[in-house]
Amino acid sequence: MVCLGQAKRERELSSIDAANDPVLTASETAKSVREIPRNRTGSALKKADNRAAYMFLLPWFAGIILITALPMLASLYLSFTNYAVIGLPSFVGFDNYVRLFTSDRRFITSIWVTLKYVGFSVPLVLLFSLTIAVALNRGLRGLAIYRSLFYVPSLIGASVGIGLLWKEVFGERGVVNDILALFGVAGRGWINNPTFALPSVIALNVWTFGASMVIFLAALRQIPESYYEAASIDGANAWQRFRRITLPLITPVIFFNTVLLLINSFQSFTQAFVVSNGRGGPVDSTLLYSLYLYQQAFQQLQMGYASAMAWILLIAIGLATALMFWSSRYWVFYGDR
Amino acid sequence: MATVKTYDPELLRAERRKRENIRRLKGLGLHALLITILGVMLYPVIWMVLSALRPETEIFGDMGFIPTNWTLENFVRGWQLYGDLTFTQFYVNSFIICALAIIGNLLACSMAAYAFARLEFRGKWWLFAIMLGTMMLPIHVQLIPQYIFFLNIGWVNTILPLVVPKFLAHDAFFIFLMVQFMRSLPHELEQAAIVDGASYWQRYWRIILPLSMPALATTAVFTFINTYNDFFSQLIYLTDTDRMTVPVALRLFLDPSGGSSSFGGLFAMVLVSIGPVLGFFLASQRLLTKGIATQGFK
Repeated sequence: MVCLGQAKRERELSSIDAANDPVLTASETAKSVREIPRNRTGSALKKADNRAAYMFLLPWFAGIILITALPMLASLYLSFTNYAVIGLPSFVGFDNYVRLFTSDRRFITSIWVTLKYVGFSVPLVLLFSLTIAVALNRGLRGLAIYRSLFYVPSLIGASVGIGLLWKEVFGERGVVNDILALFGVAGRGWINNPTFALPSVIALNVWTFGASMVIFLAALRQIPESYYEAASIDGANAWQRFRRITLPLITPVIFFNTVLLLINSFQSFTQAFVVSNGRGGPVDSTLLYSLYLYQQAFQQLQMGYASAMAWILLIAIGLATALMFWSSRYWVFYGDR
Repeated sequence: MATVKTYDPELLRAERRKRENIRRLKGLGLHALLITILGVMLYPVIWMVLSALRPETEIFGDMGFIPTNWTLENFVRGWQLYGDLTFTQFYVNSFIICALAIIGNLLACSMAAYAFARLEFRGKWWLFAIMLGTMMLPIHVQLIPQYIFFLNIGWVNTILPLVVPKFLAHDAFFIFLMVQFMRSLPHELEQAAIVDGASYWQRYWRIILPLSMPALATTAVFTFINTYNDFFSQLIYLTDTDRMTVPVALRLFLDPSGGSSSFGGLFAMVLVSIGPVLGFFLASQRLLTKGIATQGFK
């Protein structure tokens, strides 16, 4: 994806593209495994470079074993134990899992909160990012500036600072109420109201749609202009051109963005933490899964219990991703362009 | 459409002019729409900037949108919120971690990427698949044992748990990014080096790395932004006040005893805290493009 030729083309179009190439490259993730042939001969080298290759991979090997694989195994084991950091873990079988689903009401709440959070923010981000990307892709002047400005929230949206700002913006004396007052609507404290706290956090997530937008924009630019010209000659209107040309051609990118957003939003933590001062309130309305896991692990020191939660999260994300891949064969169009 | 019924050049020209005007009008409308959306989106940030620059007492008053009494007192107060410990210390802490994270990611990820992109070896396909798979793992399944392990070897409350994983190529995303880039580099240069008797290391260090500048620069920028914004692991691993980084320190504004009464100080420090990210981003835009421009082939 990031070949020099493309890089050169992009450079002429705008400066920000370079910064966003990585995001773009990632859109090839799904295809990429297939793209590495099992035995490639086109390389500069005829014979295998086994030893050198393993040397270059040494740090990565060490990392994969020491900070990924072993901790994962340990975490799986801990999930079947009762462990409070001090002392030794005591094996309790499936007890943690049973307790989570049968007698922990906050756990069930955190699942609902997370599902609502993911279920609203992912489609909204997709909608906003695609709409703005299509609008920007019409040969507008100042495209690079627009793109940078729309991207700014994505740069800062995950920070504690913006979480603090959001708390004030949606607070009783915040900007949202100032604006509502202009229309004569009486304001309220959004962030400390059980009904509106989660929507406020979702709004913050949707606010950062710029990252997805940049990926959409890059994909839109690769659709040949001639497709649209041909369709226009045939009398297709703007909506038909979007529906019949744009949309099918960018389904792989919609798929990629959806998977990425799903994985990320399932793990959201910082903003709910900041907005509720680490408690997930009011009345557990912003108790995202990660936040509850953090509370169990690092405030209650229930390491075994929290490990069980971690594995349930892993399985949930795995299932959601698998579902996406399964469904993709019905709606993702991998045509030869 | 009855556009080209006649060949009268005057009519044709008028027609074209009309269409041109409609197009321009549509363009203007689109600009207006986009600017409105941007205005709404960025309004909270603008509000924060203006609030940080006005006296504490006027922030929530009906003093108009533009401050009448400009002041920097909020920045001074916010900077020194914790008595002896100022944000200077928190920034130093943050930047040390960021710098080490960048070095670690650049070195370890580019080495792994070089092997995946340019070398042939047994098990490559499987290892690459594993590498991609780790990108999807939620950190939670590793977090707790990692924490217990780091606790037992005395690394908690040091920067090591935040930095050492970077030197072990833990951020698979950047490996992937560099693999994609390195794969596209032509083989001729490396072949010439082989003929000249260059070792694997020389080929990596002298040829592939310099050519991969754009990918390296992107990695550096995104590592900085991610590490600087990272809250979760810094919250867990850094507990002493003098070890705290900017995001962890900002969190103290939430503490009722910490000084949340000072909204001016809060806004000022939030503004200062997002500064480096925006600055790095703006500066890197030019650097990144120059990187591409100078590294191309003639």
